Amino acid sequence: MNEALIAAPTRKKRAEGFWPLLIRRFLKHKLAVFGLVMLLLLALMAILAPYIAPYTFDGQDLSIIGQPQPPSRLHLMGTDQLGRDAFTRILYGARISLMVGLFSALLATGLGTLIGALAGYYRGFIDALLMRFTDVVLCIPLLPLVIVLSGILRPSVALLICIVGGLSWMGTARLVRGQFLSLREREFVEASRALGGRDNRIMFRHILPNAVGPIIVSTTLSVGGAIMLESALSFLGLGVQPPTPTWGNLLNYASQWLTGAPWLALFPGLMILITVLSVNFLGDGLRDAFDPRN
Amino acid sequence: MSLSYLLKRLLGMLPLLLGVSLILFGVLHLAPGGPLDVYADNPSVTQEALAQMKEAFGLNKPLPVQYVSWVWAFFQGEWGFSIRTAQPVVQEVLDRIPATLMLSGSAFVLALLIAIPLGVLSATRRYSGLDYFITLLSFLGISMPVFWLALMLQLLLSVQLHWLPSAGMQTIGDGSFPDLLKHLALPTFILAFASVAGWSRYMRASMVEVMNQDYVRTARAKGVSARRVTYAHAFRNALIPVVTVVALDFASILSGAVITETIFAWPGIGRLFIDSMNGRDYPVLLAILMIGSFALIVSNLLADLAYAAIDPRIRYD
Repeated sequence: MNEALIAAPTRKKRAEGFWPLLIRRFLKHKLAVFGLVMLLLLALMAILAPYIAPYTFDGQDLSIIGQPQPPSRLHLMGTDQLGRDAFTRILYGARISLMVGLFSALLATGLGTLIGALAGYYRGFIDALLMRFTDVVLCIPLLPLVIVLSGILRPSVALLICIVGGLSWMGTARLVRGQFLSLREREFVEASRALGGRDNRIMFRHILPNAVGPIIVSTTLSVGGAIMLESALSFLGLGVQPPTPTWGNLLNYASQWLTGAPWLALFPGLMILITVLSVNFLGDGLRDAFDPRN
Repeated sequence: MSLSYLLKRLLGMLPLLLGVSLILFGVLHLAPGGPLDVYADNPSVTQEALAQMKEAFGLNKPLPVQYVSWVWAFFQGEWGFSIRTAQPVVQEVLDRIPATLMLSGSAFVLALLIAIPLGVLSATRRYSGLDYFITLLSFLGISMPVFWLALMLQLLLSVQLHWLPSAGMQTIGDGSFPDLLKHLALPTFILAFASVAGWSRYMRASMVEVMNQDYVRTARAKGVSARRVTYAHAFRNALIPVVTVVALDFASILSGAVITETIFAWPGIGRLFIDSMNGRDYPVLLAILMIGSFALIVSNLLADLAYAAIDPRIRYD
């Protein structure tokens, strides 16, 4: 009786679900939406590169070989010394740069989550062991270590993803450990344990979903970091090797032509800037959306 | 802060350094290819000569033995000889340290001089147009590939306008101080750039938090001028957490120098590192990585100690 009476006026203001609320909060963040749209566009460009690109990525225009050509109607971003279309190479470069960024971040998140979850859930000796290991890895400066590894291994794209992802999990591990340490004391964990839930189930079905917000935010932000790291490596000539174009090695090539063909250096860097900026906007928006204090 | 705490922290550095040395040694030696690979395709280096070199460098011993003897010698300051130049590694590194310290030191100071005022300005005029502008700038700064910015500035200021030299540490035959400053300007700005955005955001957040504290309200209530509240009461307290971040970042400025020094042909540790990488000069690489890790550990320690030194509420024992 009473329920029916109250139900009518409150139906409209029924408590919003977790995800709808999140999406509504996220959409209020203009820059984050902008970032998301930009990233989707970039991803689309990368995936469809073979269809959009006016030329093939190693195709040479033999009539203009020898001297880079400035941007023109035929070649939107000019050509390089070998007569290759710069716009096409940037499109193809997006594939590698985005792929390395995305998959390294996912790998780092997976590793970090696993290590953090084990340490925070089991505590004691395992925690001490894993966290000391994390401390030690954190003591090695990242960029020089990655430079040495890729200098020695001359990695393929897949191996490069493993190197970058395998050395950037420490932040996530500390974050997840903290979440697990506090969540494992909550009633719902106790309830699950009382019902006979196994450790695996409690860790990954009960605790992990409650820690998903900060993990998503840190994954997003580390995509930007990974893209930057890959570009820096390839810029130094130690990442992805030519003729496969990435924004980093396009810049490496362009740096030799800085005086004669500045347009070659302008566009790849601009692409890195736009991509990482979009990722950071997106991450910022997600952080605000997930933060219950807002 | 007690002496025993300091001692405890100093001793705590040892296992970290040992762990780091183990990882670095493992990484460099388990990878395919060795330091003598540079001679592999060289017909004038015979098999016998190669074997002799292996013997001489101790490369034929089992890895754990190599590790122990390396680590023992390393902690005693015996860093071996460069494979590329046959010079003692210690000498090679010492030669390059002043240039790197000059570059990263001035970048550090420049970054502070820009970041702190920006953060304070942003916080005191919160939600104003200026605040949004600075926020947008710092987003740009965080997302900027600095090596690209370096190329663009080289293009603009050196190639087009001829205002600044594009590379090197001094003009040959001109050892004057103004000449050095001119060469220092671009690399310093680029190296500082990477830190400014993060630090100014941090300063802003810290300042905003302090401005909401009760004692700031009290100071206002008793009629202290807004200026004095901001600079005498809030600013000094807002600096405390920033000091930690800044101290921690000093080591990352050092590692950022790898890229900056390469672009601007600055004769420091970063350049030596890339040159050694290209020449597979393992002893030098190991030494530089160890120094980098050591710098990171020390800056961690300094951050903690500085925190305790400025904030009387923090007591370690």
